[in-house]
Amino acid sequence: MNSKTATSLHNKRSDDLKRISRYGIVFAVLIIALIIILILNIKIGSVDISAKDILNILFGGAGDDVQYGIIWKIRMPRLLMAAILGGALALSGFLLQTFFANPIAGPYILGISSGAKLVVAFAMIVITQAVGHVNSAELIIAAFIGSLISVGFVLLVSKKVNRMSMLLVAGIMIGYICTAITDFVVTFANDSDIVNLHNWSKGSFSGMSWSNVQVAAIVVIITAVVVFFMSKPIGAFQLGESYAQSMGVNIKVFKVALIILSSILSACVTAFAGPISFVGIAVPHLIKLFLKTSKPIVVIPAAFLGGAVFCSACDLIARTAFAPSELSISTVTAIFGAPVVIWMIIKRRSRV
Amino acid sequence: MADFYFKTEKLSVGYNGKPLIKDINIELKRGEILTLIGPNGAGKSTILKSISSHLKTIAGTVMIDKSMLSSMSYKEISTKMAVVLTERMKPELMTCRDVVASGRYPYTGRLGFLTEEDNKIIDDAMEMTNSSEIANRDFTAISDGQRQRIMLARAICQQPEIIILDEPTSFLDIKHKLELLDILRKMAKENDIVVILSLHEIDLAQKISDNIMCVKGEYIVKYGSPEEIFVGDSIKELYDIQKGEYNICFGSVELPRPEGIPETFVIAGNGSGINIFRELQKKRIPFYCGILSENDIDYQVSKALASETVSEKAFAIFGEEAYEKALNLLKKCNKVICTCKEFGPVNAINQKLLDSAKSLGLDIEYR
Repeated sequence: MNSKTATSLHNKRSDDLKRISRYGIVFAVLIIALIIILILNIKIGSVDISAKDILNILFGGAGDDVQYGIIWKIRMPRLLMAAILGGALALSGFLLQTFFANPIAGPYILGISSGAKLVVAFAMIVITQAVGHVNSAELIIAAFIGSLISVGFVLLVSKKVNRMSMLLVAGIMIGYICTAITDFVVTFANDSDIVNLHNWSKGSFSGMSWSNVQVAAIVVIITAVVVFFMSKPIGAFQLGESYAQSMGVNIKVFKVALIILSSILSACVTAFAGPISFVGIAVPHLIKLFLKTSKPIVVIPAAFLGGAVFCSACDLIARTAFAPSELSISTVTAIFGAPVVIWMIIKRRSRV
Repeated sequence: MADFYFKTEKLSVGYNGKPLIKDINIELKRGEILTLIGPNGAGKSTILKSISSHLKTIAGTVMIDKSMLSSMSYKEISTKMAVVLTERMKPELMTCRDVVASGRYPYTGRLGFLTEEDNKIIDDAMEMTNSSEIANRDFTAISDGQRQRIMLARAICQQPEIIILDEPTSFLDIKHKLELLDILRKMAKENDIVVILSLHEIDLAQKISDNIMCVKGEYIVKYGSPEEIFVGDSIKELYDIQKGEYNICFGSVELPRPEGIPETFVIAGNGSGINIFRELQKKRIPFYCGILSENDIDYQVSKALASETVSEKAFAIFGEEAYEKALNLLKKCNKVICTCKEFGPVNAINQKLLDSAKSLGLDIEYR
């Protein structure tokens, strides 16, 4: 081995080490941040509960009945939901960005959330009138159908126009159309439906039940695991369609899988919490920036964690900033997410 | 019968089911290089995309190592064939080494982790393409030449038996062009790889290829070894060159000869005239040239640029006949440029020509 090879090998080793320690730090920070925010979410609210009481209620199974109820029936399902759905949103955004090879693609901006919202609103009104109540599975299926309709439309447009900026405009227009129709549908709903629908259609994690959490957790975690095991072809796809194919990826199957998985994730979010803006774009971008890589195998789990942290923190703010009145979750995510997106656009104006 | 590794039979390629080029027959053995040449838009890329299964073929067959391309899975193809495409890869936050490592894709496990062996293959590929020192640089921040070397290293990493490159030398300066083609030549011979590429530089195509295919219009105009392709006016015809000349011996080009009735006569020889010919061309001054031996390199350029060249057969002593011819032309001129410092036994008669010019009272310039 000559000295040149030896140095390059040495460089590679030290570079590898630097990378791995960077990944370790990012993951550790994300996990610690998530734990802190979850604890704050349990503790802070209209009723402040002391740390000792929290420990007692969570692990001792004993405590004040009111506090017990607040923690187990209201705060726990809500914070878990914010974390799970936040992760789902970030992943869904990452998949769409990969698919469209555009860093500012996301379920909200492409009108996918709005499509889901429309069909869910419709389903809520029709099914409640017929049966009395809607279950979680029905909501998810309705949202999934709505997502696919919107994606289908965006894909049709993307076949006609090749410009990414026009694709985003098309997505935003679809979003407006769906929102308009949703408002129209809501106008004709019963009074009791309207209250529910109105809150939900603006996006909120309030009023989550344990059965909601269960369904969402199962759907999101299974999908996220599948996505994780697709990180290899996703990595190939990042280099461009033709190269991915020459590396042995079946592009047609892969693209369909990408759309279905991202739709399931964003559908799950919309079904339970309504449309939530900017998480899908801002989180994957920040995560890539922190990790200094776009390797799916590290970005996928980190983006999931990042989404969970981001949404939990935003929900905490939404709940407590102007208590007792609550902000809609999108209000808060937009305040923190939109500047990130604007900064991204400025930074890579040549590429969008 | 020779054992061909890569073969196409009656292949038709095109878009949306409409054939653009028909009846493409290619036969290549391992270690051979095939270059596609032809004018812009002739369909070189279309052929390359079709034989790398990026585009559906319309009719005919493509065989790799005795199996039909159309019956192979993407995964099977990926272990046999690697590509370097014209489309620009714009990966996010990837080092050059990461890009090269992506070539290992067909061989890594479910999650794509690299083994020690993979790492060694990656390092070797980077070594082979002289790109080890930029391994840790960001891929989007390197020069065109470096990028092509990285893309080639990536293709080598895929351990293919056939590599397809679409215009790999575009955007490269001459040094990097030569370097890249040299690596290709070395790789083809040492690793027994079939290389199929398209080039705009016909002079380079002539020098690196075992086979050349001229693509133009609906059919393949010509297919064969460089010796078979580069004869007569074949290149001029292929590219439809009406003004100017392409010299098939040297791969050099000359701009169109100056038009008009010459009033200048150049006495040249032994390569001393080339610069004068080109200078006159730039000034748009038509000229005659003589007397040149047909094995003089001045002759190659003079043929392209002079309005008429008086020549004598190779190795022959210049005779009276050529002198008479040259003198006739000389008499039409009012200026003579002589680039010869001295005359030898073969072209001694040029001295006589110069003396005649003097006695005719022409303006004589020595260069």
